[in-house]
Amino acid sequence: MCVNSLQSCIQFTTSTITLQNRWDHFLARWSFNRSGHRVEPGLYALGSPQEDSPVFVTANYTLSFDALRSALGEIDSYIMVLDTKGINVWCAAGKGTFGTDELVHRIENTHLHNVVSHRVLVLPQLGAPGVVAHEVKNRSGFTIEYGPVRAADLPEYLKTRQATPEMRKVKFTLWDRLTLIPVELVHVLLPLVAIAVALFFIGGFLTSLAAVAAILAGVVVFPLLLPWLPTHDFSAKGFILGGLIALPFAVITFLHNPDAALWQLVSRIVTYLLALPPVTAFVALNFTGSTTFTSRSGVRREIFTYVPFMALLFGAGIILAIALPLIQLLGG
Amino acid sequence: MFNSYLSNTLTYNPDLCIGCGMCSTVCPHAVFEQDDRVARLVRPEACMECGACQLNCPTDAITVDSGVGCAAAMIRAALRGRKETTCNTESGSPCCSADK
Repeated sequence: MCVNSLQSCIQFTTSTITLQNRWDHFLARWSFNRSGHRVEPGLYALGSPQEDSPVFVTANYTLSFDALRSALGEIDSYIMVLDTKGINVWCAAGKGTFGTDELVHRIENTHLHNVVSHRVLVLPQLGAPGVVAHEVKNRSGFTIEYGPVRAADLPEYLKTRQATPEMRKVKFTLWDRLTLIPVELVHVLLPLVAIAVALFFIGGFLTSLAAVAAILAGVVVFPLLLPWLPTHDFSAKGFILGGLIALPFAVITFLHNPDAALWQLVSRIVTYLLALPPVTAFVALNFTGSTTFTSRSGVRREIFTYVPFMALLFGAGIILAIALPLIQLLGG
Repeated sequence: MFNSYLSNTLTYNPDLCIGCGMCSTVCPHAVFEQDDRVARLVRPEACMECGACQLNCPTDAITVDSGVGCAAAMIRAALRGRKETTCNTESGSPCCSADK
């Protein structure tokens, strides 16, 4: 629904999160119709805003929009939604879509100058990597006020228009990490099943299970245990976790083959210890892109430090795994 | 040991600082603090190179090689021989899975 106000098309919204909204959020978290969780860009009225009501800016991703409007509650305000192609604020800022140009364009497009008498826009802090505040002011006359990181802190923030240091910090809590797992899992599911089936026919049940365990350790367990695994590097943490996962398989091999020759047992155990940890480590390294604190320089350093080592170890494990039955076949 | 994150590309020139406070405002990891009139670089190792400070500093006192700290993106770029890939969500890839 649209109300014409001096050529502006203003849509209405509420601060109520419905069951349908929650279902939409759930689907988004599970990566269903990944880029389809959008709202229409433009200007929205929350409650009964007047010309002196505040204007908040957000992305056209439903989770971003819904977080903002539900946090504002009873506060009469305008919400300006930028076209970020359905991407959240922080990622869009990094890409430039939650950016200076789109912001200036949207201000013009919505005729914001005719809607409000003041010249202030409250932006989420995490829009800053994409927005040059002083340039927006020069081009549109609107001053950028960076609000808190989390929309939930807005009511408190608005009392003083001063953010506490805590409001300006980004964390990576257990809950934050937990909510990322479904997306990672969904995207690894198909290759995981393929690998599991292939290895089952090639190497048997235990081999198949070991591979699945190594991958799932990286996708599910690693994000949960992240801050508690030793060292700072994701690859090193992944190696430690992968080593722990490989141990039970080594032990089971040892216990279930009492008749096998010692060299065969040792070889099999070594294969697990060589091939599994690099898999978990590599998956762990790839989690860097989902975190809120890894720098590009650091991740690049990790790649050059650990990936060759991962390839070497994994390759050695595979060669050994192939060589063992071959030697047996040739009468070892 | 086993810490690839001890150094980064962040540089800060206090001579150019006019004390506007934008860097402290926009930084998600409290790398800067306002000290009387100028900014102070207090936790450079916490910098994730997002580039918010560089973009919002009106006097260009801050430089940083900003980009995404994403191994998948960098590995993909290296394999394709291209400089950098961005998060590609149109094809439904797992990039951009952080929702805040």
